[in-house]
This record gives sequence, C-alpha cells and structure tokens, in this order.
Amino acid sequence: MPAWSTWSSMAELAVLSGGTARPPARRANWVPYALLAPGLLWLAIFFVAPMVTLLSQSLQEGSVEAGYTFTGNWQIYVDALQKYWPQLLRSVGYSAAATLGALVLAYPLAYYIAQKAGRWKGLMLVLVVAPFFTSFLIRTLAWRTILSDTGAVAGLARSTGLTDVLQAVALTGNDSLLSSKFAVIAGLTYNFLPFMILPLYASLDRLDRRLVEAAGDLYATPWQGFRHVTWPLSLPGVVAGTLLTFIPATGDFINSRLLGNTQTVMIGQVIDSQFLRVLDYPLAAALSFILLVLILVLVSTYVRRAGTEELV
Amino acid sequence: MAWLRRHLLLFAAVAVLLYMLLPNVVVAVFSFNDPVGRYNYTWTEFSTRAWTNPCGPQGLCDALGLSLRIGLIASLVATVLGTMIAFALGRYRFRARSGTNLLIFMPMATPEVVMGSSLLTLFLMMGVPSGGLAITIAHIMFCVSFVVVAVKARVATLDPRLEEAAADLGANPTQTFLRVTFPLAAPGILAGALLAFSLSFDDYIITNFNASPSSITFPMYVWGAAQRGAPVQVNVIGTVMFIAALAIVLVSQLLTSRRQRAAA
Repeated sequence: MPAWSTWSSMAELAVLSGGTARPPARRANWVPYALLAPGLLWLAIFFVAPMVTLLSQSLQEGSVEAGYTFTGNWQIYVDALQKYWPQLLRSVGYSAAATLGALVLAYPLAYYIAQKAGRWKGLMLVLVVAPFFTSFLIRTLAWRTILSDTGAVAGLARSTGLTDVLQAVALTGNDSLLSSKFAVIAGLTYNFLPFMILPLYASLDRLDRRLVEAAGDLYATPWQGFRHVTWPLSLPGVVAGTLLTFIPATGDFINSRLLGNTQTVMIGQVIDSQFLRVLDYPLAAALSFILLVLILVLVSTYVRRAGTEELV
Repeated sequence: MAWLRRHLLLFAAVAVLLYMLLPNVVVAVFSFNDPVGRYNYTWTEFSTRAWTNPCGPQGLCDALGLSLRIGLIASLVATVLGTMIAFALGRYRFRARSGTNLLIFMPMATPEVVMGSSLLTLFLMMGVPSGGLAITIAHIMFCVSFVVVAVKARVATLDPRLEEAAADLGANPTQTFLRVTFPLAAPGILAGALLAFSLSFDDYIITNFNASPSSITFPMYVWGAAQRGAPVQVNVIGTVMFIAALAIVLVSQLLTSRRQRAAA
C-alpha cells in the first residue's frame, strides 16, 4: 500500500467511510471496550463535558470578580443574535465563498495527480501536504508580503485592471489588495486548500478510467463524460472536502484578523475578544454555542441533501 | 493552440500548486532579509544575520521549546489513545460502534474557537489553572481523532490471515501483536503521530484560550510579534520547519517504495 493512501485517507471523514467499513472479524469480548475506554473517556471529559459547561456558562449572570450564578436566562441568546448577526452571517458567507474557491482550485489539481501524474504522483502529493506541516500563522503573514501595495502582485493587479474589478464588486475598498474582503477570502481559500485536495484526490484515485472511456465510446463529449461520469463518482470526495474546508473556515479568525479590516470581523474574532479581552463570559459562551448549533444545522442539511439526491 | 488545450489541465494543476507553495517561498526568501524598521514585509537587503542568531529575539526560543515539549507529550499520549481506539474499531465487533464513530468525528467537525472556549468554561468551573497543563490536555483532545483516522486506514488494509498464521505457528496473542500486527500497522501509527505533533505544534486558537502569560507557545509568540512586527528569526524557524517536514515526508515515501520493490 502506498504511504499516500494513509495520508489522504486521514482527510476522509469517519462518518463518510463508516458506511462502507468491512465488518471486523473477531468475536466480542471485553478487549475492545478496554481499548476504547481511555480515549473515549478523554473525549467525553474534555470534548463533550465542555459543551455542557459552555451552555451552562451562557445561562449564568455575574462578573469575573464577583463570580457567576446560574439564572437560566435565555434572553442572552436574543441579545447575542441581535448584536452580532452581521458577523455570523459574514462568517458563513466568507467561508462559503472560500469553500467554493477551494473546490474550483482543488479539482483540477486533484484530478491531475490522481489520473495523469504518473510517476510524479508521489512528489506532487508531497508538495500538497508539506505546507500543511508548516506554521499556519507564518504562512498567513507571508500573504501580507505577497499582497502588499509595493509588491509584484499588486502591481500586476493594477495594470490588468483587476483592482478596478475587485473594487466594482466591493471585494476591496480602494487600490490596495490587503485589508479587504478579497484578502480574507483568498487567505481562507489558501489555508484550507489541502483539506479539499486530499479527499478529492482519494475519491478520484479510486475512479475507474474505463468508465470514462466507455462514456467516450458511447459518443459522450469530454464534457458530458465529466458531467455524467467523473463528477458524480467524485461526489464523496467533494462532500468530504467541502465539509473539511467549510467547518474550520467558518470559525477561523486568523485570516480576518491578519488580512482584513474592521469591516471584515468574523464571529470567531468576536468570541475570542469577548472571552479574553472584554471578559463577558456569558455572552461569549452564548455566541460560541450559537456558532456550534449553526454549523451542525448547516452541515447536517448539506450531508442529507448530498446523500439522498445528486448535488447538481 | 491544440497543444495549449491538451496541456490546459497540467497548467491549471501547476498554477494551483504554485499558489499553495508561494507563501513558503516568500517565508524562506524573507528569512534572508535585513528589514528597515520593525516590519519584515518589504525586501531591503540580503543578510544571514537571522540564520546565525536564531534565538536572538527575546522569548522566541523559550516559546519554541515549550511548543516542542507540549507537541511531544500531546502527540505521544494522543497516539497511544488513538491507536487503541483504531485497533478496537478495525479488529473487533462490539456494540456502540456508530456512537464511537460519531464521538471520533465530532472534534474534527467542530470549529476550534468553539472547542477552545468550551474547554475554558470547563477549566474555569473545575478550577484547573490556565497554562501548560491545560494546553496539553486540550491538544491531546483534538489530536486523538486524527490519529484514529490515520491508524484505522492502515489497520483496515492489514490481512487478518497474517495474524491467524502467527497464532497457528504457536504465537500467543501478545507475541502476535508485537511481532506481526504492530510492525505492520507502524507506518499508519507513525503518520498519525506526525500529524498529531504538527497539529499541536501549530495550534493557536485553542491554545490561546487555555494559556497563561507564563505559557507562551511558538504560535502565540508569532501572533504577539505580528502585532508589533515579527522578527526575521520567525521566518528562519518557518523555513526550517518546512524543510524538515519535506524531508520526513520524502524519506518515508522513498522507504515505502523501496520496501515495495523489495517485496515485489
């Protein structure tokens, strides 16, 4: 087995591969429970229990100095939504745009690696995975250099009229590319691209070339072959990749903080500053819980749609 | 024109790959910069000063050391916990399989800001102080799932007949595990451990919720430095990390293909 199937299958979601898993061979006894117990206990205490304390924190009133008491006042959720719905909506919008951008960029690359790269396959996968192992913050800061006003990219964008186009569609506010919606969405797209490429690659790698050839033999044009054979067969990868990109991108605030401006604040940034600077724990906890529920609702709707009917 | 059309896909693939690698190239190039003022955003002059004095800026190497320590402990514990779960899922039949899968999946499907802030509320209520211990606990939590997925993929490809053969030849379950199962699963376990280490080493969002002023990790140092202008040494560390990651992945790739050739 090539090492690559290990790397790429990491990116495949447990939930999506769960249905096809081969039933394990051995009889049941106490051994599996003993193997599961420590890890699952860890997750129960440090992942599940915090969700309960988060909800509880949001329904408390008081202050850091005086301490908090549980009041069960759900009004905080109304207040939080009334005050911060623009940031919530913006996070979902930016993240959806970045997910779409990542899909458009990742598909040709994943397809090339899986079907055409031949002996370069290993090297190309190394190059896809390697940036993923380098500091996220340092790479995001590098975009400040790349997009800076004096840089080559900004010069090219000005001379080709791209800056005018970006301004016309309100992705940037002025001549510079930095500190804009455009920079934040481009940063999100860049940062989560490997999460899109790896599952796409995994599903395209399994694609049987003969099916596409058969479509050609039956007089399908290359486009029809793609539309009716390749794309539907790669849908599991598309679903896994879009989820792995959309979920972290919605909560991210590193890109909006480092590449954006005061008009591009995302919800993660609000939660972070309410918790750690403003010290309004109940409000921050309520916002955090709203984000969790919002993502669960969006993701389960999407998975159900993608699972029961074709996406296009 | 026909030539262009035939190679359109190649051009698209190479362009995307360049987009992905451009920041790494910029980080490496600017590690040799000698910037005027505090911000290392525009090219001024070639210099190897940062490379010859990587620990120059105050606190940088302390932060690096803390991140390495937390990364090692967190990846070790997460690898043990995750490997055990992966073996249970891949080798045994038991109730609560779908519940287990869901619990493994959920941390990967939850935004970091939610995990970080919810852990903060738990630690506040339990009276666990912020700092190195809280950070390590958090890192183990979000690394376990990734280890499970990596190891499970490897365990699923193992031929159960090899273990049966070992048992037929008189090996007891412990010997079978140590001599047959574990060596075969080792590449998956190693991949999981590496992934866990890099996730831990690189985490900012969750760490920031659980850190104290005396527990500044490397990403937190970079974040703090970015507000006032990050020193060139940050780029040196970034470049070293990139080269190390590239080397590890390439060597593991070469070893695998050599073993396959030997086996064929």
